[in-house]
Amino acid sequence: MASYGEKQACVSGLGQSSINRKPSVYPFKLAVEACLRAIEDAGLTIDDIDGAACWPGGVNFLGEGPSAAAVGDIKNSLGLKLNWYSSGEGAAMFAPVINAIGAIAAGYATHVLCWRAVGERWVPTYSHANAAGGPLPRVAGWMQWTAPYWAPSAANWTALVAGAHMHRYGITREQMAAIPIVQRRNAGLNPNAIYREPLTMDAYLGARMVTTPFCLYDCDVPCDGATAVIVSRLDAAKDLRRKPIRFEAVGAAATDRMDTWFARDDFPHMMMHDAARAMWRRTDLKPKDVGSAHLYDGFTYLAMFWLEALGFMKEGEVGAFIEGGRRISLDGELPLNTNGGQLSEGRLHGLGHLHEAVLQLRGQAGERQVKDLKVSVTGVGGGGFGGALLLTNEDL
Amino acid sequence: MSDEVVLSRPLPVITEMNAYFWRSGQKGRLEILRCEACGLYIHPYAALCPRCRSEAVSPEPVSGRGTVASFTINHQPWFPHVPVPYVIALVQLEEQDDIRLVANLPGCPIEDVRVGLPVEVCFEQHGDIFVPLFRPAAGADRG
Ligand SMILES: [Zn+2]
Repeated sequence: MASYGEKQACVSGLGQSSINRKPSVYPFKLAVEACLRAIEDAGLTIDDIDGAACWPGGVNFLGEGPSAAAVGDIKNSLGLKLNWYSSGEGAAMFAPVINAIGAIAAGYATHVLCWRAVGERWVPTYSHANAAGGPLPRVAGWMQWTAPYWAPSAANWTALVAGAHMHRYGITREQMAAIPIVQRRNAGLNPNAIYREPLTMDAYLGARMVTTPFCLYDCDVPCDGATAVIVSRLDAAKDLRRKPIRFEAVGAAATDRMDTWFARDDFPHMMMHDAARAMWRRTDLKPKDVGSAHLYDGFTYLAMFWLEALGFMKEGEVGAFIEGGRRISLDGELPLNTNGGQLSEGRLHGLGHLHEAVLQLRGQAGERQVKDLKVSVTGVGGGGFGGALLLTNEDL
Repeated sequence: MSDEVVLSRPLPVITEMNAYFWRSGQKGRLEILRCEACGLYIHPYAALCPRCRSEAVSPEPVSGRGTVASFTINHQPWFPHVPVPYVIALVQLEEQDDIRLVANLPGCPIEDVRVGLPVEVCFEQHGDIFVPLFRPAAGADRG
């Protein structure tokens, strides 16, 4: 196996803010809190940070909304002196991490502060804006293909792809239910999760529908919150406070002829399938070596698509694999979203999954710790973007 | 659809990339970009053919016939003036499998929608924009 650059990079620090279902702290303050905690956790000082990256791009001097902490604002607030910085599109919510790895490999930076800050409870959502009345807004870009049909949400788009997959392979809502039910059980062991009380099959099947096949419990929980990680050059992290959690492989590919939610040649696949294939080409490890999976669950079915994309089972077999939840439970063969995921912990939008993977690989997951864990996989995104990371606590 | 109330929709910003699509209904037909060199239909917009890289890409009328590739029954009141539940369908055009359009299905009761339902295009006019929608094709078995 070639010596790819990611194998010389690691996660050295983790930070997470409080997770607020109701708006109570200004979202930018949550981002600052997460960043300071990550630097402290790594055993670094602010002056050690020489790179910064977030996703997506944010507006400077606007610390709320879907992207609540722009690079410039964090730089100014912390007094960072940066050799390199990045924001904007990329391999979904892992763009900052994957770009940071590249920057480290290129020698631009040694310790890169990466974050994702969401402040979507602080400001009214799109549907609230519509409820206020008045003329409907014009839509541009991708939304022009969906919003004119009163399908403005990724819930609708994911439902259309999921519907095709369910129809083709005979997958049922009773099978899907295993994901929110198991993740809620995990959230019961996570003091930071928003929803911690058990979820039953009856409650799942009786819940109000959002857009078939998704009910309320298939949709993640919007919140205000922020997650930060420090990505470091491996040799510069060896003597820091925490054991470095190494990147074994990165997947950030886009190879289909027409990548939209619906136009792919291999529909109902998504770009995550490209990312997953690219990731496995960069390592000798195989799906059987993975001890825990931390997969994007903005909607239940995205985690199911990720399981198939990563090759944990054959195409169309994910329903049978997750049915009843035994295999994906904490003591099962492939524990899934051990923190409760976005369906229960809260919609920290991708970096929450990386945070949990690293916590597990360090052995710091408390009551929900997976035993004898060596390799974890995490994948984020759905539709027209995706990014995957394979992580390990084993030395190179 | 004169007997149906026309509810407002968020309408697209018209640009060089999309005007052909949103205005083709004025001619009573749907137009999709097509590569003259290799015949590939392309949607949404691309400047070159992504298969053969020819620059000879231009809008071309299609039959307007297709089938429902997938659908979702939306229950969430994203738009308070639109009664729920309603059908959001993904329609696959008969010319090429991977040309898939999100659409509503006027004239199709929720209980009749199914994967594989044959449909044909119709248009709903909003000023100079003609929103393509699909109806069950004449004689379609609603099974
Ligand atoms: Zn061509």
